[in-house]
Amino acid sequence: MLWDAFPSALDLARFQFAFTVTFHFLFPAFTIGLASYLAVLEGLWIWTGRSLYLDLFRYWLKVFAVNFAMGVVSGIVLSYQFGTNWSVFADRTGPVLGPLLGYEVLTAFFLEAGFLGVMLFGLGRVGRGLHFAATCLVAIGTLISGFWILAANSWMQTPTGYILGPDGRFLPGDWWEIVFNPSFPFRYLHTITGAYLTTAMIVGAVGAFHLLRDRWNERARVMFSMAMWMAAAVAPAQAVFGDMQGLWALHYQPQKVAAMEGHWETQRGAPLILFGLPDMERQETRLALGIPRLGSLILKHEWDGEVLGLKAFPPEARPTNVPLVFWSFRIMVGLGLLMIALGMVSLWLRWRRALHERDWFLRWAVAMGPSGLLAVTFGWITTEAGRQPYTVYGHLTTAESVSPIAAPAVATSLVLFIVVYFVVFGAGIWYLFRLFRHPPEAEESGAESEPPIRSAGITPAPSVNPDRAAEARPQPAE
Amino acid sequence: MSAETIATIWAFLIATAVFLYVCMDGFDLGVGILFPWIHGKEDRDLAVNTVAPVWDGNETWLILGGGGLFAVFPLAYATIMPAIYMPIIVMLLALVFRGVAFEMRFRAATPGQHAWWDRSFSGGSYVATLAQGIALGALVQGVEVQGRAYAGGWWDWLSPFSIVTGLALLAGYGLLGACWLVWKTEGELQEQVRGLARGLGWLTLGFIALVSAVVPFLLPAFRDRWFDFPVILTALPVPILVVVLAWRLFRGLDEAGGGREHRRVVWRDGIPFACALGLFFLAYTGLGISIWPTIVPPSITIWEAAAPRDSQLFLLVGAVVLIPVVLAYTGYVYWLFRGKVKAGEGYH
Repeated sequence: MLWDAFPSALDLARFQFAFTVTFHFLFPAFTIGLASYLAVLEGLWIWTGRSLYLDLFRYWLKVFAVNFAMGVVSGIVLSYQFGTNWSVFADRTGPVLGPLLGYEVLTAFFLEAGFLGVMLFGLGRVGRGLHFAATCLVAIGTLISGFWILAANSWMQTPTGYILGPDGRFLPGDWWEIVFNPSFPFRYLHTITGAYLTTAMIVGAVGAFHLLRDRWNERARVMFSMAMWMAAAVAPAQAVFGDMQGLWALHYQPQKVAAMEGHWETQRGAPLILFGLPDMERQETRLALGIPRLGSLILKHEWDGEVLGLKAFPPEARPTNVPLVFWSFRIMVGLGLLMIALGMVSLWLRWRRALHERDWFLRWAVAMGPSGLLAVTFGWITTEAGRQPYTVYGHLTTAESVSPIAAPAVATSLVLFIVVYFVVFGAGIWYLFRLFRHPPEAEESGAESEPPIRSAGITPAPSVNPDRAAEARPQPAE
Repeated sequence: MSAETIATIWAFLIATAVFLYVCMDGFDLGVGILFPWIHGKEDRDLAVNTVAPVWDGNETWLILGGGGLFAVFPLAYATIMPAIYMPIIVMLLALVFRGVAFEMRFRAATPGQHAWWDRSFSGGSYVATLAQGIALGALVQGVEVQGRAYAGGWWDWLSPFSIVTGLALLAGYGLLGACWLVWKTEGELQEQVRGLARGLGWLTLGFIALVSAVVPFLLPAFRDRWFDFPVILTALPVPILVVVLAWRLFRGLDEAGGGREHRRVVWRDGIPFACALGLFFLAYTGLGISIWPTIVPPSITIWEAAAPRDSQLFLLVGAVVLIPVVLAYTGYVYWLFRGKVKAGEGYH
């Protein structure tokens, strides 16, 4: 029968959420880093007066605008999906999580959206200082947004500060404990750093691509150099934050860590399994290739520390897809190691005064362009698939959380999401690549129109101040 | 403050957020609705540029409406959203098409691509508006609830009434968009949208009359409310105000345009827009009077749907401080981009 093969409403709703949230996060992962990068570029322009920085600012502003728009529209979908597809979850956790999302809207979304208009259209209107302030507010907005959404997600992973009501609702007990729940600080750092690395990899790849064509494009040289500084400084720090987060997870979500490591048996002196095939039916990791005792050393910081395996937990409390968690984790870590290597090699080449000179290194940097986005995505898959079967860890299962909506309805919406996302965001990403392909040039068109914006002249205040308009124009390079 | 008082305050705040959304995204969706009548790349670019700096902020009120409902009336959020599943999903997807089109129109590599993004902008505006109107109708006509969950099917939202409210919102947003363009443009384009605004004004008034006539008979509770003499006589000013606003709207449209660069022109050309907003406010208040104090008609009141006092208070403290701040800088951005928009503006 056809209907027997039809996935359940729960599976469809899970897949729909996974699909929409994964697609969405590609955009903010890039936006968060790019907003800060734009603030740095504009700050450098104002500070040094070099038009080169304004050119770079305008170059990346166009990318930012396209990326931001896609982030906004794919994000609105999520704020409604808790209700449409996870209504029981919404009803039970609303008292705790709702206000956090409310604060995200009030403190971050309005700030970003409000000043984005000034950032994109206002350079000829408000003068440098105010425009720079708008850019900074947008950048700060992205960081605040990350703060609240990570607080909410971390609370779901390590719920604290709540009282469980008689009707199964989570009621707020201590807001400080809810927001600053145990896993939040390092997960926030890990996410923001990941976003900065994502941006560094993309900016570096675009710079390298243009350097391969024209070694003396000054703007490409500067953006490449900035990106490599970022990679060298932040990629190693990211490994430390990741390790810290892993230690918290070991304490609060031992099943997740066991799945990440591919450990089924509880053991002392556990190996660090590099590769293997976790087999859910046989409850073992086949063909495991590991380094003896290193697992215990990393997780417990002692050679024969005891590490819990998946079998220590009842089957219904284990992650539902162990191979997914196991492999996503390895892809993330592998990409992270490649980023660290890129950063280290860049330092060495810089010391040899050959950062821009080696074709192999530039090609490597181009190839690393998507690595940040991929690492962020697989990191999220690790943590989200790893916390299954729960939405609120240990208390509310995913199966309990779902809306009472018929499978055909969810199937319909899922198909619509897939088609629309691939068409619209596919086109958007294609435009991003067109922007990337265009070399950064002097007198880059952008944040202000030429001739300078002239409001109708019938407004109460002089919206065009000739001095200001002149000021905002690019200045000759020193 | 008691939990009931706080919940009542929140009901007004959420209603205000939704109303601000309707006003603000209403006119920028309206610009998309008018697109089939605006021809030529230059005029279309001009129309889009009147809303490009603000559309994103406008849409944020929609997130506040949804997010706020989740925070302070989680039960309402958890029962309404499944009830209007399809209209909500379709609206979100339409907003995807429309939102990215703002950027993509200017990034298009060929005229063919440009035409597609114009269709995406306009089509997205139509579908999103229709879906919002249908969702509103589906909520007002009542939602079947059992225990703490939606108990209806996935086509319950579709009814003659919800179709009417969907079309009504199309006319209404179209009117807002036309009046906005009367305010923000001049010359031929302004002349053209003035004509459109007149037609849409009559259409909107017709729909207001139709919906007002039907609503009292939708649910028993509504009938009791609207036929509760003599209390209902206090609502008598409403139809009178509608007539006054409509008269001022059409007079404003007659007077708009003409006259040369003078600051008074801006205010004068803004009158039809202000009147259109006034009509929206009256219609919205009318619906509010009908469903009060339920938040999910006919069964769940705002107090039953309310989150615990602690949750409501925690967010209220922030909202009281932050909403005025948000309104202030939103106002500042609108002021910054005030006045008539000229061809060739924008950062592209």
